[in-house]
Amino acid sequence: MENKGLTKVDLIFEKIDSHEVLAKGFKMSSDEIIQEMLDSGLKGRGGAGFPTGMKWKFTAAEKNPEKYIVCNADEGEPGTFKDREILDRVSNKVHGGMAIAGKAIGAKKGIVYLRGEYSYLLPKLMIELESFHKMINEIGYDFNIEYRMGSGAYICGEESALFESIEGKRGEPRNKPPYPTVSGVFHKPTSINNVETLVTAMMIIQHGAKNFIQYGTKDSRGSKVFSVSGDTPTPGIFELELGMTVQQFVNEFGDGDTKAVQVGGASGFCVPRKKFAETIIGFEGVPTGGSMKLFNSSRSMYNVLHNYLDFFTEESCGQCTPCRVGCQQLLLGVEKVKKGEAASTYLNELMKLADTMKIAAKCGLGQSVGNAFKSIVGNFKEEIIY
Amino acid sequence: MINLTINDQKVSVQEGTTVLAAAKKLKINIPTLCNHDDLCVAGNCRVCIVEQKGARTLIASCATPAAEGMEIHTNTLKVRNARKHIVELLLSEHRADCTKCYKNQNCELQKLANDFAFGDHVFFDLVENKKYNIDRSSPSFVKDDSKCIRCQRCVRTCSELQYISAIAVANKGAHQKISSFHNRPMSNVVCTNCGQCVNRCPTGALVEKTYIDQVWDAIYDPDKHVVVQTAPAVRVALGEDLGYDPGERVTGKMVNALRQLGFDSVLDTDFSADLTIMEEGTELLVRLKKALVDGDKGISLPMFTSCSPGWIKFIEHKYPEFLPNLSTCKSPQQMFGALAKTFYARKRNIDPSKIVSVSIMPCTAKKFEADRPEMRSSGFKDVDYVLTTRELAVMIKQAGIDFRNIEEANYDSIMGDSTGAAVIFGATGGVMEAALRTAYEIVTGREVPFGNLNITPVRGMEGVKEATIKIEGCVEAWKFLEGAELKVAIAHGLVNANKIMKMTREGKAPYHFVEIMACPGGCIGGGGQPIPTNLQIREKRMKAIYAEDEHKELRKSHMNPDVIAIYKEFLDQPNSHKSHDLLHTHYVERDNF
Repeated sequence: MENKGLTKVDLIFEKIDSHEVLAKGFKMSSDEIIQEMLDSGLKGRGGAGFPTGMKWKFTAAEKNPEKYIVCNADEGEPGTFKDREILDRVSNKVHGGMAIAGKAIGAKKGIVYLRGEYSYLLPKLMIELESFHKMINEIGYDFNIEYRMGSGAYICGEESALFESIEGKRGEPRNKPPYPTVSGVFHKPTSINNVETLVTAMMIIQHGAKNFIQYGTKDSRGSKVFSVSGDTPTPGIFELELGMTVQQFVNEFGDGDTKAVQVGGASGFCVPRKKFAETIIGFEGVPTGGSMKLFNSSRSMYNVLHNYLDFFTEESCGQCTPCRVGCQQLLLGVEKVKKGEAASTYLNELMKLADTMKIAAKCGLGQSVGNAFKSIVGNFKEEIIY
Repeated sequence: MINLTINDQKVSVQEGTTVLAAAKKLKINIPTLCNHDDLCVAGNCRVCIVEQKGARTLIASCATPAAEGMEIHTNTLKVRNARKHIVELLLSEHRADCTKCYKNQNCELQKLANDFAFGDHVFFDLVENKKYNIDRSSPSFVKDDSKCIRCQRCVRTCSELQYISAIAVANKGAHQKISSFHNRPMSNVVCTNCGQCVNRCPTGALVEKTYIDQVWDAIYDPDKHVVVQTAPAVRVALGEDLGYDPGERVTGKMVNALRQLGFDSVLDTDFSADLTIMEEGTELLVRLKKALVDGDKGISLPMFTSCSPGWIKFIEHKYPEFLPNLSTCKSPQQMFGALAKTFYARKRNIDPSKIVSVSIMPCTAKKFEADRPEMRSSGFKDVDYVLTTRELAVMIKQAGIDFRNIEEANYDSIMGDSTGAAVIFGATGGVMEAALRTAYEIVTGREVPFGNLNITPVRGMEGVKEATIKIEGCVEAWKFLEGAELKVAIAHGLVNANKIMKMTREGKAPYHFVEIMACPGGCIGGGGQPIPTNLQIREKRMKAIYAEDEHKELRKSHMNPDVIAIYKEFLDQPNSHKSHDLLHTHYVERDNF
């Protein structure tokens, strides 16, 4: 197991000359940009970790002349707040990354879907956007970005629900296939990328893939921004090289009494103390979109689980059966077990239900409810029952 | 062609075919719930999940197109366990009072539960924790959210087939539900009462509002004289609820059964359909004369038919500026009702206050229509109770009538005679065909120039049909129409009606006369017809309708002896003062939400 240790880096928030990087990017061909992304091994920073180069390659291969690059800024995963910081501090790199992606896939239009609660950032972002448009005009490149606001639904962070929302419809995930690269927003070929992914892509154009692969591990290249919260003396945003163990992370951010870390938010995994040392934070271990929540021994893991299930019961779009009803059953089930109204063995039935939700739900939301449920119930059964 | 294997059997299908359809080709049944042949794919119930080799998750076979080299397994342990969970989850949020439910034995969820025969329910019943709403406000149907399984068939029906969206998905997660605008009662929204959602609801969440008990009460009230009329489309569909295959004509048995149920007089809406042709055909010719000869700019063309109460409510909500284009003729049901308590009462020497007028309709909107305040021109409620085809089947079962083995019988006299032209009212294009058969003959003195009177261009399942009839050799009174080309159009299903209305609003509709029916296929696909429905079933009913027409001795409305008699004895002539009092109506503008 490759272990890089915990290293703080400062690349994402590094101030750059966008003009210079973009001029360089626009001189590259679509194939060259995509090759650079493939060489870098960059995987999506929203959490799912799809290789960015592949996504761009698929979208570039589509014949339809009307294509879109969509920036997913609907940062809704509980415990994640890194995209907010990125948009606040280096939105020029977000816009720039979209233009680079646009060049790669052949899109002239970009849409940023901004989380509803971040609307206070909009005036500043509009000013940044204006100077961005001015700048690429000067470079002589045709690309246009617009902002669309979310309205607070967690599900609208799911790519196809996000498209529906942009189109003015109820935010509900679509059936796949077709995938967004074939039929995305307005049913046109679309590459949808997380805020941080686009910034990282900009960085890769600036420094080259060779530089990028010096960071991280084989499966998790580069660095990424973590949102650290919970029982920690130092909550906040930290850019760290990928490939550290949870133990190394806890050594840095814990309060000395950490009993569990929820990696990847409500849809992520709970890592208990006994597994800190053996668990790598990254795609080879526990992937995360950035959310790192630490819990010390004063916390009831029943309450943690209840909170997550409550969240999913509320934030499921309600469209598919496994997610809509499954969430309610998981929530009611743990409540009944806790109150002694159901036998503790009922948890086994719920574990099986969580498995079904993982393979039968329509979208990533329903499929990932089981992650938190199984890892918390699996590791802290006694706290759920007693 | 795409090659794949399902349960290790090879199959080749056209590109775009779903895994579900490919499996069907191999005679492998995959259970479904949210899937419906008439609607776009939803993929939300997840009952049809199957295992695809190499895929991380199970896939919804209804929503996944077959791909080259796919290896599908429909019955693995993984699939079975997941499917069992899914059906159980659905049952846990569904008020399963099956034996007390109106849809008992005709419920797709119940069938699924039966097929899987789970003994060991693991999950907790969620129904008691939910504040479910039962909306009984509509005169046509009841919406019981406690039985809703959120398959969204109704929502898709309302938007895709009917272009109304009176119901839509509201809220999310555990609170998600099918709701109306601002959760208003269904009686107070843009709903047309067409009942297409009722036809497609897999459970008892949407059912017609029944008036069976009221009708039994009337039948058993010795003071009441109960007359019943049967709409054209009922006779070609009723059999489906009584053990027959779709497309079986059961007219004679139905008449006998109605008599056995105790109705005092069994009469035919076909009679008033013929009457409608006389009134509406005359209205059209008068409008054409005023517009073409007198140059009257106040005349609204095209003229739209007015037989379909779902369509009427649609235009009242959505295109009220075109209400003057509607024929002022009441629907055949309401013409019949007005005459039952006037002409019929006089002929039979019965006090009209003692007459209870019942109609058997393929339609749920007719229940609303009968309740309209405009529909009391006899001095009473013209039609007291409207029963759907389905409700009639229930009554026949309740009465223990051995439908299959009873004799055929004929309608009673006075408003019981009909022609083939009236029967075809039940299918899209039928009113148009019937009107042309009569109007052409009035104007030219000759039969319509189509073989065996079958005006084929106006028939069939195409959403919008157009035809042009050249009028030649006019009789003296109608010389002004010589050489004119009568342009007509026919639409069925309100999404198609909307196409015509949009054209009309844009001034691009070149038609003189347009027939619109709210339901797909016309009344044969009405919201009160036996469940299930799909294109094949509707086509079979349509075929039966035209067969019924072919078998009629009289096939032109103006030849109906009862119609000739009523003008002689009572109404004087089409569009007379008396006709206007009893057989014509007006419309109201309604809000569009």
